[in-house]
Amino acid sequence: MKQQHEVEQFLYRQSELLDTKQWQKWIDLFAADGIYWMPPDASYKTWDGQPAIFAEDKNLMKVRMLRVLHPDAWSQRPLWETNHVVSNVVIRKVAKNGDIEVASRFHMMELRRDDVRHFAGSYFHRLKKTKNGYAIKLQRVDMANAQAAYDYVLQVWV
Amino acid sequence: MGNLSDLSKMVEPDRVRKEVYTDAEIFEREMERIHETVWIYCGHDSQVPKAGDYCTVQIGRQPMIMVRGKDRKVNVLYNRCPHRGNLICGDRKGNTGDQFRCSYHAWTFHHDGKLKNIPMMESGYAGTRLNKDSPELCMKKAARVETYRGFVFASLSSSGPSLKEFLGESIVAFDDMCDRAPGGEVEVVPNCFRVIQHSNWKLFMENQIDALHPSVVHQSTGRAAHEVEKLLAKEAKSGEAPLSYHMLSAFATVTIDKWDNFQTINYPHGHCILTGYMGLRPQDPDTLAYDKIMIKAYGKKRFEEIVGVNIHHVLVYPGLSVQSPLQQLRAVRPLGVDRTLTEIWHFRLKGAPEAIYRRSLAYYNLVNSPATLINADDLENFWKCHTGLSSDGGDWVSFARHHGRDLEKDGVVSSAPNMGTSEAPMRNQMKAWAKFMKEAR
Repeated sequence: MKQQHEVEQFLYRQSELLDTKQWQKWIDLFAADGIYWMPPDASYKTWDGQPAIFAEDKNLMKVRMLRVLHPDAWSQRPLWETNHVVSNVVIRKVAKNGDIEVASRFHMMELRRDDVRHFAGSYFHRLKKTKNGYAIKLQRVDMANAQAAYDYVLQVWV
Repeated sequence: MGNLSDLSKMVEPDRVRKEVYTDAEIFEREMERIHETVWIYCGHDSQVPKAGDYCTVQIGRQPMIMVRGKDRKVNVLYNRCPHRGNLICGDRKGNTGDQFRCSYHAWTFHHDGKLKNIPMMESGYAGTRLNKDSPELCMKKAARVETYRGFVFASLSSSGPSLKEFLGESIVAFDDMCDRAPGGEVEVVPNCFRVIQHSNWKLFMENQIDALHPSVVHQSTGRAAHEVEKLLAKEAKSGEAPLSYHMLSAFATVTIDKWDNFQTINYPHGHCILTGYMGLRPQDPDTLAYDKIMIKAYGKKRFEEIVGVNIHHVLVYPGLSVQSPLQQLRAVRPLGVDRTLTEIWHFRLKGAPEAIYRRSLAYYNLVNSPATLINADDLENFWKCHTGLSSDGGDWVSFARHHGRDLEKDGVVSSAPNMGTSEAPMRNQMKAWAKFMKEAR
């Protein structure tokens, strides 16, 4: 129960950081070699060497953050609003050293000027147990929207 | 608007009426006279390797199917049952087995569209105007289908130039891409990215070879990538950050004046070649290993010719943008006067080392994915352009930059030296547009 609670709190915190645009803190949740990955569809088994919507290490995450914060990031003026709800949190695997694999589902409402879009799907987190809690080794995001064309694009992580 | 009798008044040598981008009736005419007439890219034959493999594709307003037959031939058919008009394929791709079967009344068809069977044909159709050999019981085929180095095109008009004649010099897009493979062949990386922009299709085609826009539009990503690139270079043993950072930072480090060093060469059907490197001949171990394989396959002289081809982008009018040195291809599918779908594909150089594939894959993911760090701001501008053009704040779109200074020879218009940001490609596209629009089908 304690572990379930800890993991849930971690996921809630991650989505809260996104929705409040605390992107550096969001990036800090990842392990030094952590990867954020959104495959084009559910059939993909690895991010490595494959087409990917996102396949970012912390360096690329930093590029994305700096870009969005640049005054000439035209598509980001005004910055988009998002609202994530994370649920259905299920611990899939716990290793002896405390590393953990967890599946969850999300729903995100995004507002861009006058337009609302909805994205939904599943998260898979591989988390490393550290002194200060968890660090993300891998976050996989599968969009339920994946088979449709993207009406406009994604700019910040989902 | 709607007065199409005087289209010539809409296009002047250095400016174009706004209705060309916003008028729904003009959109219908250009679908009919341009997209549903000229050669349009359907797909690559490696998308349909086995008999029965198919994918659906939009040509102008027409839903089509590209399918591999048992005879290995690639056919392009209208995605329509001759019975009641039902779409035959509802899925975007798949394998249809040895026949198409309509989901409504179970009519079946061969891969070339010929009728195979109708349930209770004899009892149902004896004495009617239809019998098993009636041509109107076949799925209609595209008037013409041709393939060049694996790239499949269709024309819905039975007359007009051959594919090779139509492509003219822009054929270099496919030669350059394929020649960079040791065996001279490419194969598609499965699935494409699909992104919708809220504007007319022409804005996309103009933007692709607009050499002035990158340092303005993509400054934010260029700067951001340059920051991280500098940090990584400092940490790296080689003193260099991965090439993918350079591909992004170039948008900022190549300053606005330097883009004039590029050149556009513009051809009569509206096609365009944008020359210029993005530093694509580095001397890292991956490139050197690739060079070695290439020299073995082609010989030193031919190898130098191949990797020396100085191309950034090739535009095949009206709906294709090819970045051959990075094996990326974007196909434009107009959905309406104010909505356009782009399908963005990546190709693998057959026989080239994995590292070379990964290099262009990085560009594909960072620049062309639906989470693009680059195109997002282009799409933003397309929407802004469309919204502004739909207003009464003005009547014209200006293409006057370096007008009158281009070099012209035998109908080919090149930007003059150090005037690579000339709006020659836009002028040339609109000239071709006006010519197509005038021609009766």
